[in-house]
Amino acid sequence: MTAASFRRWLTGAYLVLFFGYLFLPLGIMAAATFNSSRFPTVTPWMGFTLQWFGALWADQRMWQALGTSLLVGAGVIAVAVPLGLAAALLLDRLHSRARTFLYAVMVSPLLTPGVIVGISTLVFWREWFGVTGGLFLTVLAQSSFIAAYAMLLFLARLQRFDPTLEEAALDLGATHGQVFRRITLPYLTPAILSASFLAFLQSFENYNTTLFVRGLDTTLTVYIASKVRTGLTPAVNALSLILIALTILGAVVYEILRRREARRQPDPA
Amino acid sequence: MGGVLRRYGPVLTAAILLAVASWLLLLVVLPQVLMVDFSFRPSLPPSKAGGPEDVYTLRNYATLWTNQIHLAIFLKTIWASSLVTAVTLAVCYPVAFYLAQVAPRRRLPTLVLMLVIPFWINELLRTFAWYIILAYNGPLNALLVGLGIFSEPQRLLGGDAGVIVGMVYVYILFMVFPIMNAMESLDRNQIEAARDLGAGWLRIHRRIVIPHAKPGIAVGCIMTFMLAAGSYAVPALLGGPQSRWFTEVIYNWFFEGGNWNQGAAYAFILLILCIAFILLMMRLFRVGLTDIAK
Repeated sequence: MTAASFRRWLTGAYLVLFFGYLFLPLGIMAAATFNSSRFPTVTPWMGFTLQWFGALWADQRMWQALGTSLLVGAGVIAVAVPLGLAAALLLDRLHSRARTFLYAVMVSPLLTPGVIVGISTLVFWREWFGVTGGLFLTVLAQSSFIAAYAMLLFLARLQRFDPTLEEAALDLGATHGQVFRRITLPYLTPAILSASFLAFLQSFENYNTTLFVRGLDTTLTVYIASKVRTGLTPAVNALSLILIALTILGAVVYEILRRREARRQPDPA
Repeated sequence: MGGVLRRYGPVLTAAILLAVASWLLLLVVLPQVLMVDFSFRPSLPPSKAGGPEDVYTLRNYATLWTNQIHLAIFLKTIWASSLVTAVTLAVCYPVAFYLAQVAPRRRLPTLVLMLVIPFWINELLRTFAWYIILAYNGPLNALLVGLGIFSEPQRLLGGDAGVIVGMVYVYILFMVFPIMNAMESLDRNQIEAARDLGAGWLRIHRRIVIPHAKPGIAVGCIMTFMLAAGSYAVPALLGGPQSRWFTEVIYNWFFEGGNWNQGAAYAFILLILCIAFILLMMRLFRVGLTDIAK
């Protein structure tokens, strides 16, 4: 074996190990769903069962937590996506130190630990407005950093936008409102969809921030964590399996749409 | 500012400015400022708020130095998060290099999708997967006993080791993507040229690849360290009373100790730790804030 082919073999082996490391734990967790053991495990194998899906279906509190998560996710889309859009529209037109400064402030929530985002929101809204933890604060706390993700998505798309389109429309007598509705917004529609999708995903899986601002409300992620610590059964695995399947589906659909979009608009950069 | 007004007109400009101002002031800056202000005040019953006892004090910060248990947990959080960062960097570097520089272009989208999928899966679920693997009757113990490495199952959950192993798994993708993105812009010809001129693999990485990927490495380390030090889910699921994390101490101040001022001080200390780490990385890799915030 030559040195080059040995190196290629080593690289291949490392990649197989790496991707195995990424997926094997998820596979084990999924497999434990079908083991008829009372505790989720794959060793020893007690026989195949689907009973834990039924147990999950019958779990009232799970449905309630799912409802809360959907509500919070919808709220975050409604708050974070417009904020991110406004921020990107503003940044796109600034070329100065003000832009650098604003940009730094906007991305700072992404570099702040989630627990601190939750704590600062909790303290601020109680002290100034007397608002305590609950759905409202959960939406606000999550939006404070998810808006930054949305802003980055919009900014990336705006960078490929041809501003002469807007100028031409303005020269031809269109109002600013018309230009925004007929040119800017349609151009940004794919970014609005992907920002909404990512905002929902981020909101749905959030744990660290939500934990501090949730009050008495329980989102699905918080519910799963509480089940793991008290009352763990393979029903939690069934739920995990469903969520992972939905995530994979979402990722694949997102990727297909993204590639179709990329083909339609060849990126010069 | 004139450009904004010219492009969007008065109505839209006002709406944009209002939205950005309310986001940054109400959701980002003021909450942080108030949290810091809160951390320098004593915890008082509402009747005494604003009274003579309501003065600025460093008492909440002194607690960390006088409470040996909390101090030990804080220091452990620092070294354990550093360890998590170092291990993920070592594991990810070859993968990022392969994907950015070696992988055949037509296979790349599929490989990247295979990274994106676990990246999108809920952090808590990825932690839960390790809860099952590390359980006393779990597959890892079964394997180790089966291979004869242990004579009987060991307690793998509830200690620092389990937490660290889980964190490496959960945060690893935050390291891969920044490094990969930074390496992608490196011209493959540069590596070819260096090899033709007789440079060995080690030298090519030390002199060409690493200098080029520095901003990506810095971002990956910053994200991983911040997520590890600020993690609540992983220590809550995989740790135990003997392996508490600093975030858990903070949580207890808020929801069990009922001393929000004290909790705010600890939260601010955690924030300072993360900022210090960012500055350290910028110094170490000699990159500016604009390189990082891309």
